[in-house]
Amino acid sequence: MTTYREALREGLRDALRRDERVFLMGEDVGAYGGCFGVSLGLLEEFGPDRIRDTPLSESAFVGAGIGAAMAGLRPIVEIMTVNFSLLALDQILNNAASLRHMSGGQLGVPLVIRMTTGAGRQLAAQHSHSLEGWYAHIPGLRIVAPATLADARGMLWPALTDPDPVLLFEHGSLYNLAGEPEADGPVDIDHAAIRRPGTDVTLVTYGGTLGKTLDAAEQLAADGISAEVIDLRTLRPLDDATFIESVRRTHRAVVVDEGWRSGSLSAEISARITEQAFEDLDAPVDRVCSAEVPMPYAKHLEDAALPQPAGIVAAVRKAVNGNG
Amino acid sequence: MTTAVVKQHTDLLRQMLRIRKFEEACAELYSAAEIRGFLHLYVGEEAIAAGVLSDLTAADAVVTTYREHGHALARGIPMEAVLAEMFGRTSGCSRGRGGSMHLFDAKRRFYGGNAIVGGGLPLAVGIALADRMRADLHVTACFFGDGAVAEGEFHECMNLAALWKLPVLFCCENNLYAMGTALARAQAQTDLALRASSYGMPAWAVDGMDVLAVEEATRRAVETIRGGGGPGFLELRTYRFRAHSMYDSDRYRDKAEIARWKERDPIEAMVRRMQLTDDALKALHREVDDEIQRAVAAAAEGPLEPVEDLTRFVYAEKS
Repeated sequence: MTTYREALREGLRDALRRDERVFLMGEDVGAYGGCFGVSLGLLEEFGPDRIRDTPLSESAFVGAGIGAAMAGLRPIVEIMTVNFSLLALDQILNNAASLRHMSGGQLGVPLVIRMTTGAGRQLAAQHSHSLEGWYAHIPGLRIVAPATLADARGMLWPALTDPDPVLLFEHGSLYNLAGEPEADGPVDIDHAAIRRPGTDVTLVTYGGTLGKTLDAAEQLAADGISAEVIDLRTLRPLDDATFIESVRRTHRAVVVDEGWRSGSLSAEISARITEQAFEDLDAPVDRVCSAEVPMPYAKHLEDAALPQPAGIVAAVRKAVNGNG
Repeated sequence: MTTAVVKQHTDLLRQMLRIRKFEEACAELYSAAEIRGFLHLYVGEEAIAAGVLSDLTAADAVVTTYREHGHALARGIPMEAVLAEMFGRTSGCSRGRGGSMHLFDAKRRFYGGNAIVGGGLPLAVGIALADRMRADLHVTACFFGDGAVAEGEFHECMNLAALWKLPVLFCCENNLYAMGTALARAQAQTDLALRASSYGMPAWAVDGMDVLAVEEATRRAVETIRGGGGPGFLELRTYRFRAHSMYDSDRYRDKAEIARWKERDPIEAMVRRMQLTDDALKALHREVDDEIQRAVAAAAEGPLEPVEDLTRFVYAEKS
């Protein structure tokens, strides 16, 4: 048995052992052990040079990671939550994503930035948002989101060996997820995965909503509706071939995304389905997203704001039966 | 004076003259619409690029801003590669994707060319961190203007560089104006060296119109940094003789103030100090004029990057 948290730690330990150019830096990653406990024990094992506590200076330490990557190291930078990453957005967008192009191909930024995303822990509006879709808008970045234990363990190494900046989004509600991972090493970060095969509808999701989507698929199976569940895993570049191929078989699609609906990743996926598979559709593409509010604290309100299995089930029924 | 000193002085003067005449040529080419985009000229500030960069080795690194033609030339990027970049040609040092504000040369450890005020400071900290973690004490020279001192990133980076004792030479080109806003209108404490020293790093205020003073201060700072003492800070007090950019009508500066600073022209001061003969000075001018002429011809003839290559260099190319 392992947890998502331990799987991430194993991925870090493995990378630090494999390549001496790799180091981890961020707020509380060392002495504290990571604010979600991911890097617990690594300071003792690898020392303060490679497990490097930083001041609360997101822009400076993310930018320093970019500079160190340009100068030949392989930094892993941890930002506590995606909300805080906005303090480093200038460095991520104007430098990490742009330097290779602006320099005519001379300067790559082989950097990994890890951060927590998502809601579900009653942390209110400044610790709960799902903004990975914003980052997926930016050319020059690769965006990955591990939803399973095997991906939590195995995405870091391929991300580090990518010559371009990779942002790795860990959903905060998954850290205690426990089980037996199907694999124990580096995983494919180029392709989406079919987590549950089905024939009547394609459910496209990633990260923190994978579990809820699989729960919904179970409930639907009891009603005789066979849902295929696709885990995107990589949000940029999108592996649209996998979900388009699935929609061509099932003729229906529902996108489940914890981001807000307006201008979201779900909008992009829906657009690609209509652009590429319109003739194959038997129903409009539907989306289950977060309510368009800053995330509230109170549990009943937070639950109501987030995609839930019941909402997914309702959307699928509507797509399949033409009613809610 | 020894031959070595005469040579050093001549080199510094030649470098300043290259930068000055290059900038004047750029202004003309801009008016002739050969160069477009934003163009920020360095006229008046040449002593800084010439003085600071003469004390760096090839293993040291440079990070700079959008007013960086002088730094690029003094770092040794060929003039024709710099000019071809502004012409948007394949032969440009960023293959036409950067332009005037984003000159790069990885081979020469010249890391741009950053158009976000203060945006280069974290990169310099990171490059120095990489050098430090490999136990190399190469210096990273980081140029920025007085405007950047108001950015949060400035303070974050002073703290981080001093905390981790990183080999960064912070070179603040204080030309008294952040675009059109005078230092005193934007900053509560206008003594910038004092602000840097509050982070526990040695900081010097230097006459940025005197190339020998700049060179000497840099040498002293670089010695400290290479000795493992952590970062150093130079506040280089200077003035830009021209407007912020070619779009700027320069209504915010007093004509008398500009005239006063022009009397302190760093090139004229150096010529006077060296007691150059007219012939020697003419020969130097001719040498630089020839170089500029060759660069303009080469840049104008350089091929354009093919449009089919538009989406290259967003991600690494699979080899």
